[in-house]
Amino acid sequence: MDADTGLPSQSQNGQYLLLRHRDTPSIGELEVYRRLGGFEAWQKVITSMQPGQVTDVVKTSGLRGRGGAGFPTGMKWAFIDNKNWPHYVVANADESEPGTFKDREIMEGNPFQFLEGVAICAYAIQANAAYVYLRGEFWQLAAWLDRKIAEMEAAGLLGEKLFGTDYSLHIYTHLGAGAYICGEETAMLESIEGKLGQPRLRPPFPPSYGLFGKPTVVNNVETLTNVPLIIEHGAEWYRSLGTEKSAGVKIFSLSGCVERPGNYELPLGTTFRELIFTHGGGITGDRQVKAIMAAGASSALIVANEEALDTPMDYESVPRVGAQLGSASVIVIDDSVSIPWLINKTMHFFKHESCGKCTPCREGTFWMMHLTERIVEGSATLEDVELLQDVANQVKGKCLCALGDFSTEAVLTGIERFRPDFELAVAGSAVAN
Amino acid sequence: MKMVNLTIDGKTVTVPEGTLIVNAAKKVGIDIPVFCYHPKMEPVGMCRMCLVEIGRPVIDRTTGQVVREDDGSPKMQFGPKLETACTTPVSEGMVVLGTSEKAKAGRQDIIEFLLTSHPLDCPICDKGGECPLQNLTMEFGPGESRYLYDEKMHLAKHVPLGELIYLDRERCIQCGRCVRFQDQVVDDPVIGFFQRGRSLEIVTYSEPGFDSVFSGNTTDICPVGALTTTDFRFKARPWELRSAASICTQCPVGCNIAFNTRREAVSGGKWVIKRVMPRQNEWVNEIWMCDKGRFGYHYSKSAERLTQPLVRRQGELAPATWEEALSFVAERFQQAGDGLFSIAGGRLSNEDLYNQGKLTDSLGGKKVLYGTMGGGDLTAQSGLVPGSNFSDMGKETAILVVASDLHEEAPIWWLRVKQAAERGAQLIVANPRPTRLDAYATHLVRYPYGSEAGALLAMVNTLSAKRPDLPEAVANLVRSPELKAAAKAFAEAENAVILYGSEGTGLETSTALAQSCQNLLLATGHIGRINNGLVAVWQRVNDQGAWELGWRPVANLPEAMQAARALYVAAADPAGDDPAYLAEGRLGSQEQAFLVVQDLFLTATARLADVVLPVQAWTEREGSYTSGERRVQRFYPVVPELADSYADFSVAGQIGKRLGLDMEIRLAGRTFARLASETPAFTGLSYARLAEVVEQWPIVGRGDLYYGGTTYENSQGIGVQLPLTSAGGLSWPKLVEVGMPKIGLLAVPITRLYDHGSTLLPSSMLHQRIPEPYVVLNDQDAERLKISEGAAIQLIPAEGGSWLGVRAIARLRSDVPERIVLVPRSFGLPVAGPTVVSVRLAERVLA
Repeated sequence: MDADTGLPSQSQNGQYLLLRHRDTPSIGELEVYRRLGGFEAWQKVITSMQPGQVTDVVKTSGLRGRGGAGFPTGMKWAFIDNKNWPHYVVANADESEPGTFKDREIMEGNPFQFLEGVAICAYAIQANAAYVYLRGEFWQLAAWLDRKIAEMEAAGLLGEKLFGTDYSLHIYTHLGAGAYICGEETAMLESIEGKLGQPRLRPPFPPSYGLFGKPTVVNNVETLTNVPLIIEHGAEWYRSLGTEKSAGVKIFSLSGCVERPGNYELPLGTTFRELIFTHGGGITGDRQVKAIMAAGASSALIVANEEALDTPMDYESVPRVGAQLGSASVIVIDDSVSIPWLINKTMHFFKHESCGKCTPCREGTFWMMHLTERIVEGSATLEDVELLQDVANQVKGKCLCALGDFSTEAVLTGIERFRPDFELAVAGSAVAN
Repeated sequence: MKMVNLTIDGKTVTVPEGTLIVNAAKKVGIDIPVFCYHPKMEPVGMCRMCLVEIGRPVIDRTTGQVVREDDGSPKMQFGPKLETACTTPVSEGMVVLGTSEKAKAGRQDIIEFLLTSHPLDCPICDKGGECPLQNLTMEFGPGESRYLYDEKMHLAKHVPLGELIYLDRERCIQCGRCVRFQDQVVDDPVIGFFQRGRSLEIVTYSEPGFDSVFSGNTTDICPVGALTTTDFRFKARPWELRSAASICTQCPVGCNIAFNTRREAVSGGKWVIKRVMPRQNEWVNEIWMCDKGRFGYHYSKSAERLTQPLVRRQGELAPATWEEALSFVAERFQQAGDGLFSIAGGRLSNEDLYNQGKLTDSLGGKKVLYGTMGGGDLTAQSGLVPGSNFSDMGKETAILVVASDLHEEAPIWWLRVKQAAERGAQLIVANPRPTRLDAYATHLVRYPYGSEAGALLAMVNTLSAKRPDLPEAVANLVRSPELKAAAKAFAEAENAVILYGSEGTGLETSTALAQSCQNLLLATGHIGRINNGLVAVWQRVNDQGAWELGWRPVANLPEAMQAARALYVAAADPAGDDPAYLAEGRLGSQEQAFLVVQDLFLTATARLADVVLPVQAWTEREGSYTSGERRVQRFYPVVPELADSYADFSVAGQIGKRLGLDMEIRLAGRTFARLASETPAFTGLSYARLAEVVEQWPIVGRGDLYYGGTTYENSQGIGVQLPLTSAGGLSWPKLVEVGMPKIGLLAVPITRLYDHGSTLLPSSMLHQRIPEPYVVLNDQDAERLKISEGAAIQLIPAEGGSWLGVRAIARLRSDVPERIVLVPRSFGLPVAGPTVVSVRLAERVLA
């Protein structure tokens, strides 16, 4: 608690806003969550707010999508087409980006706050059905959420005619079948519809043509988990956290060559240095930080110089060092890592996960994987590095969805920013041969 | 319609709002290359081949005006990325660059990607020579490969999706055209993508595999050699083929087709047909055709064909010269005089029917159309007006399909009616049992078998003040809210079309049905205007043509034949269809009439004949057919005629000549000219007129980079729809009371696409789709009668006679009405109309 205002504050040493189970381990039990004020926001919106008012509050709060794109959440809700019914909410719990593991912790530890966020969003767009789309590997989590949903239904928090109004809401979980692409919102919608998980052409966007062709809001788990607090404490309070354009707190999934990997809930705008060295305990052993991937495998490689380390992690600042914040899964690369090796790993991932719908991604990732494979094997030449760069540029900007472009980020920035590593790899081949 | 102006590669284009860039370009002759886009399907933007640079005028946000450069030209803003021309609709002032360096580089990039996974086995690929991937590689592709051959993924090359279509997984470029065609166009979602990424593959999930009567079309629209037909696979190279325009003979739709032929050593230097392809006619079959038409043509080259005339000598049919045979026939016809009884089948051309009719008429004989459907005179009075087109029907149209399982009777009409319904047409499906069209119906009407005419009169009744009494079987239908709603929708629609088929009907019930249909059209004012009128779903390609030329079916053929002194049977096999002709000695015995059979094959009837006259198949000659929509269409010679052979019209003409008649025996065109001068509906028509073409959309069949499929362009005639003859009037049809029998079951005939017709069975590749003779029983009835699924049964007609020689497999369904037995036509059970029967299993009479 902030001593002056009585409102929750955001610091690591203070009270958690999203990862509240770290303060209260039993918050996953309904009575505990309710005792701590849980579902008051839910009751408040249904009984005392118009749907549009809810959207306005979220808009004013400055909350932006935590899935990676950082799109203003309230604006997305306001885009919903009110001439076409019914509406749907889909919570994106497909969490598949390598290095991202925040949604899982939220759902495991603080499930009711997330579900309350889903419910409030549904009310705001007047949806009577919401889906939580979980990656296939989260099957135990799906069962857990199903139990939590059943508890909410038993407690009259979900179901028909809630709080004595005419408003009804059901939440369903839906498991994917193990495809990264289903984290892309339109592929996810296809998957829920029982079809092959492949992205749709956009536009139209889900708020006008979404699940089963109906207006749909798709939000990330973390995004929705913020919502009950915004309703409870107000938009102004939320804006006071984080930076001017990137309001609120963010869970940073820290992994790679650090002493203390894990999820860190910090205000947006915290610097890389603070995350890695203050909270993450610094680099393992006596090595130096070499590169940072701020957005998982889809990330450009940031050269970890002093300027980069002092860059605040928010949606506006990270682009200044040639990358994106994305889902804030910060993978730390130290100087023991060969960048070609790293890129080969990402290419194996993207080749495996390309859905195959559009040509450049399907064929390009396959080709790039073979090239990086040869480069790390030591059987390539500098021409192959040029070719890899060419192929990546050939993929970039021509794909149906973002996956193809993402697959080129590490490749292009790796070759551009860490060229000596490639020369070494290629030279190594000369020695080996 | 709002028009939009834009510039594509420097050319100014004006097209309707909503047009996609790729189509706007094509309309002014600019080919933007595509793989996944197809003009008959929704765009998906998957292959990324159609990438172009797009500039849009900068609009000042405050004024809403276009921002101008110093020289006054609009300031353009180009996007940072190339965009797909197939998914982007045009907008005002847009500038599209398809040939800029950036756009060209983009295309080269995509081609290079596609080739990394392609086997490049063009030299042995059936698509080679008509392959968009080949063409676009030549146009845009890089000259050499940067991809290591050893890193190619090798995949299965002979994957049967069914017995008709094969998949080569290496060649597939995952454009999804086939999958989307099956899903969106024909609603047979039996194939799909499996796996992902480079492992994405086309699989079938139906049993039998690729279970769709439209499957062949996927090989036309496949832009590579991934999908090929069993018929054409490894049979010839496209550039060796000649093409000839023709018309499919399998049903009354009259799909425009092209035969591809080759003169080949393996066939002893003969010209042979290698495949059948659809030929574009946007008024008839658009660019599609069904598998029966595509694979069912083999009868024309069957080894069983008759090659010379046969004359009965000492009780045996023996070869004879044409002179002997024709003189003999002419002599006996002369003697028969008005005792000549001509029976003609609906697969004969207009010219054949005209000449045979002329011969018969001049002797005062009788012309009989072989068949059990009536109403061809009414379709001429109240049919579709020239200019009508199912493709133009939508919200303002009501379509009533009555007594027809359209998907089985005429698949392409089923498709076009379905699409009209999807565009918003009111679709009323009236049938005694569910059919595949029900899924698209806005109104469903059920009536008892035998009461189809009554059901339509009930619709008239709900709309008119005059309410004639209805038969008891349908009396309660008038009160049915579904029927009332259907009648209201039909009456209120601006345009209305009725298609009537022959589900469960015989000649009498069918004739009554046609009259009821006409009554409904007249009562609601739906005659004489474009996209209004009556269409019969005939059982043969040219039944309508036969009606136009004065041929009529008779109710009781065996009885009508009694008076005949000479029988002239062409393209019909009564003895094969009904064994009673054999058993009762009605045909072929010495004291009976002199029997002449003119056919392709030695049919059961021909075996009884005194003279058998062989004829040319439609692939060996010229002619014309009149479709169910009354479109007269020409077909052309495809392969050379057999030595010493004649077309039907010529055979009839040569007999006529020997009788001193002035008849055309050489040229089909001249025969048609005579026909046209004597038949009012055909006035003004000529072969030249039938051969006229117009520009059609989408543009297909050329060596285009904008690729619509291997469907042939129509350069030899879209045909002409006949004008209506004198207007018909309201008349009270002669209703036949078909009630349920007190004991026994009611057997009714139905039509099945893959049947046992003599023009289908020679196509052995379809045998897996052609069932054994079967009947369908209600499952409750079957339980009562202790008949299990698959049991061998026999039907015994209540009125006597014996069909005990014919066995059929019992199939049990819950959606067949109780005490009804469905008997597919042509499978050997001679059920010509509703017939009371009992069912016999093994030796026991059961019902």
